[in-house]
Formats: sequence, structure tokens, C-alpha cells
Amino acid sequence: MKKYTSLIIFLGLAVLIPLITSLSGKNFYLTQLTMSAYYALAALGLCLLLGYAGQISLGQAGFFAIGGYTSAIMSSAGLDPRLAFIVAIISAALIAFVIGIPVLKLKGHYLAMATLGFGVIIEKLVRGIPSLGGADGISNVPDFPLFGSICITGGRAARLSNYIISFTLLALALFLLTNLLSSRSGRALRAIHESEDAASAMGVNTARTKLITFIIAAVCAAAAGSFLTHYNGSIGPGEAAPLKSIRYLSIVAVGGISNVAGTLAAGIILNFLSLRGVFGVYDDAVFGVILVAVMMLAPEGFKLSIPSWISKRFVQRKSKT
Amino acid sequence: MTSDIVIQYIISGLIYGSIYAVIALGFNIVYNATGIINFAQGEFVMLGGMITHSFSKIMSLPLALLAAVLITAVIGGFIELVLIRNIGRLAKKKLKKSPEMQMTIMTIGISILLRETALTIWGEQVQTVPFFTGNETSSITVAGASFSPQLIWIITTAFLIFLFLSFFYKFTLKGQAMRACACSKTGALICGIPASTMVTFSFILAAGIGALAGSVTAPLTQTHYAIGTALSIKGFTVAVFGGLGSSGAAAAAGFLLGIIESFSIVVFPEAFKDIVSILLLLIVLFLRPSGLFGTPLKKRKKDSNK
Repeated sequence: MKKYTSLIIFLGLAVLIPLITSLSGKNFYLTQLTMSAYYALAALGLCLLLGYAGQISLGQAGFFAIGGYTSAIMSSAGLDPRLAFIVAIISAALIAFVIGIPVLKLKGHYLAMATLGFGVIIEKLVRGIPSLGGADGISNVPDFPLFGSICITGGRAARLSNYIISFTLLALALFLLTNLLSSRSGRALRAIHESEDAASAMGVNTARTKLITFIIAAVCAAAAGSFLTHYNGSIGPGEAAPLKSIRYLSIVAVGGISNVAGTLAAGIILNFLSLRGVFGVYDDAVFGVILVAVMMLAPEGFKLSIPSWISKRFVQRKSKT
Repeated sequence: MTSDIVIQYIISGLIYGSIYAVIALGFNIVYNATGIINFAQGEFVMLGGMITHSFSKIMSLPLALLAAVLITAVIGGFIELVLIRNIGRLAKKKLKKSPEMQMTIMTIGISILLRETALTIWGEQVQTVPFFTGNETSSITVAGASFSPQLIWIITTAFLIFLFLSFFYKFTLKGQAMRACACSKTGALICGIPASTMVTFSFILAAGIGALAGSVTAPLTQTHYAIGTALSIKGFTVAVFGGLGSSGAAAAAGFLLGIIESFSIVVFPEAFKDIVSILLLLIVLFLRPSGLFGTPLKKRKKDSNK
């Protein structure tokens, strides 16, 4: 049960938040929280890739855009959004597979450059192709019906239900990632992070494990892109900008790099503040400061995560008595 | 395609090629001394143009240019002393691995900060710098193609920077010491070379050169607070394309990429110019991970052991 501590805390907070907002009469916060949840989902994928497999990617926003744009085009053309979503996920996974094979052979700066290059290509494509709406992007994307009358939509009436949908999806992702990380593949990932050669000597198929992680990260981003596009009803080329990828990177960094729960918390909090306009004109600068500060103070990420801190106290008290 | 159009394309390729080459040279200076990729290099170019713009209003252009180079160089040195050096020291204590990746991520943060600072100082509008000789309309005509005299300034500056760096690395004591640091930091320390001073110096040099490139090209390309990121990406592309660490490779790759890009307009829409160069880079990376003109790392190490 211990490994699910962060999931339980997350669910508890997720239930608490709408109660607080409705009591204080600030229900409109739920809109930004829903959007933040989807951005956090994209950051979770990067966390898995960077924090556990040790592979940097500056192309996360590219996959986000692939998911969002595929959903937007397909469902605007009249295809069932659910089918469009599946197409979006599969195309992101396929692209990640094709790109991943050569790219993941590269290391360090070269990997950073290659993934950044991928991101720039996607951004230029969505900006340059007229049928993708150019600088305006695509708007009037239809709703995403989940089951019955519940659907992912930006309407005011559906605010609470969409908040619940987004946080349920996020909890589901957290649950899956937690399980993955405590499984055989998760241990293989950590082994690769420590030393690729040693992991390979222990019988870990490093190339395959890295590729699968890269695909999972891409799928997380594409799913987030697709959901957010349906929620907002639109997507623009700004979502594919390299600066967005850097933003995901700083969220993972401030979350503790190898810390899924930390990334989740940082993703929701930072995106929420940014969407609320708390940082004003310094919106980008805040993320710059975060990157510099985290790299200076805790280059390997903050070790202190809430679950382990609580559990440690718990263990200490037990041993005293 | 008539011959004068071909010449026009070559000329525009040369302009961008020399900018790319100079940025890539700046990348290499820092990379050689530290092993990190300085993503803020493009911001130095932007700062160079911006500071020249501001100072050219109150003093003569050569003085403004000098001021821009000096101020940016000081900023570069300051960044190294205050931020980069500390992370190296802290990281050495905490990390098992070398902190290069962390430092590179940090320079991404620094580049965002420099850009946002420029936004607060100079605002969102495009800024101009007066032409060094003549004005916007003056042009030189060679073989049916006409171009601005500023082009001669740009190419000459790029060439002089390249010559200076080659001379500096080969014949001056400081340059040789920097090369020694790049080869082996421990070895250089044993020989009495203050390795960390060399790192600071490399940032000062890279920032100064970037600023010079920025102020020379600004009359023609104009300058804007957000140009740095794209330039950094392009400069990095060129540096990796040629092979990280080598000045000659960076210069050659810069001009090659500049000309390929300007001719790509014939086949692809203008908006896809960057895609062509990045695709080329990716192909080079996959086929020759050490760059087009670079020697594989193993071989380089072997050679230096001889």
C-alpha cells in the first residue's frame, strides 16, 4: 500500500479542492485547474523519460501538438472524437517509435538537440501549413463525449464534471506510472539512469526500454494535447513552441526530476498560477528563474518528497515506541 | 533560374551563413572550455544589436559598437562567475556524474531571463541600427546582383573573428591554455593553468563575439527581443552539423547551411526554411554522430595521446 501513498494524497486533495472553491465562491478556478491537470499529464510523461530513464527530451510540446492537432482536424472533419483520440494516440506513438529509434542512440547534448529539432519542425509545420490554420490554429473543435451526456467541453455548466474528468484521468495516469515504476521495467529504467553499460550487462535491453519509455512519454503528451484541445475547443501553434517544451522541463525539474508526485504537484500549481496570470508579464521569466534556481540548489532534484517524508516520520515513531 | 538570381541567393546565403558561423564559433568557445552547450549564445547576439541600437543614439556608431561588445562581454563573464561556476561547485559535491547536463539546462533558464530582461528594457517593437556605410537604399552591384554594403561588413567581420580565433587558439598563451583545459582539465590544472579562470574567460570571449555579430548584422536584419532563441537553435545546429568543438568546421558548416537554406526557397515554401536545415542536421547526426567534418571522439582522444 505504501507505494500508493502519493496517489491517495492526490485523490484526497482532488476531492478537497472543489469543496474549497465552491465554499469560497471561486468556482471559476476549476477551469484553470482542469487545464493545469492536462498540462501536468504531459509533464508526467517527461518526468518518466528524464527522471527515470535519464533521457532528456525537448520535444514534448511537439507530441502535445501532434495529439491536439490530430484530434482537432479529425473531429472537425466529422469523425467521432473518440475515434479521433485513438488515431491521435496511435499516430503520436508511431511517430515516437520512428523518431525514437535513431534519436535515442544519441546522448547528452546531441539528444537534447535532436529532440529540440523535432519540436521546432512540428512547430514550423503547424505554423506553415495553411490547412492547419497557420498562426490562428484550429478553433470550434467539437466536444469529446465520454459516456452518456458527460463530455469534455469548456462550457460553464460542465465545469465541475470536467474538473472531475481531468483529475480522474490524471489519477489514472499516476496509478499506471506508479505501478510501472515499481515493476521490473521500472527497475530497468533506474538501472539505465545509473549506468547504461551496467544495465546492459545485467541483461536489460537498454535500446528497447528507452524506446518504450519515449513512446509512453509521447503518448502522455499526445493524450494531454487531445483532451485539452477538446476542453478549450481550440488549439494554436503556440502549444508546439520550443518554449513550451522548456516549460515542461522546468516543471519536471522543480518537481524533483525523479519524482512523479512532485512533477504532478509542480505541474498543477505552476500551470494554475501561470494561467491565472499571477506572474503577469514575467510569466516566461518565472520559468527561467525556476530552471536556474533548481539547477543551482538541487541539480539532481529535491530529494524531499512529501510521501517519503511522512512515511519516514511514521517509521521513526514506530521504532521509538 | 537566371544567373543574377543565383547570385542573389548565394548572397543571402552568405549573410545568414556568416551569422550562423559566428554563433557556432561562440558555442564552440564555451563548449571547448566547459563541455556545456550555452543556450544563451543567441541572446548575446540579440543584446549586441540592442545595446548598439541604444548607444548609437547618444554616441558615434563605432563607440556604440565597442560599448555593446564590452557590456555584453561583462554580462557573459558575470553569468559565468555568479551562476555557472556555483552550479559546477555545488554539483561536484552532490552529483556522481559530471554536471554538464545540469549546466546546459541552466543556460536555457539564463537565456529566458536575458530575453525577458530585454523585453522590459527595449519593448516588443523591432529596433534598428544605422548602417555602417551608406543607408538602406545604397547598394553595390556585382555581376547583375545588387546587395547592401553592410554585407561586406558582415562577411569581413565573420572572417576576422574566425582568423582571430584561429590565431588566438594556436599562438597565444591564453588560447593554448584554453585548449589544454578542453583536452583535460586535470592535466591543465597540474600544469598550473587556472582552469576556472579560463572558463570565465571563455564566456567573456563568447559573449563579446556574439555581441559583435549582433551589432554588425543588426542594420540589415534588424533586431528584436525574441530573436535569440531561434539564433541559439540555429547556431547549435551549425555547431553540431560541423562537429562540436572545431572552429573551421563551424565556419564551413555555417556558410554551407546558410546557402542550402537560401536555395531551399526554390523548392519549399519560405516558412519551411528552418525545417530543411534541421532535417539535414538530424540526418547528419544519425549517420555521423560526430558531425559532418568532426572526427569521432575516440579517434580524437587517440590522436591527442600520441
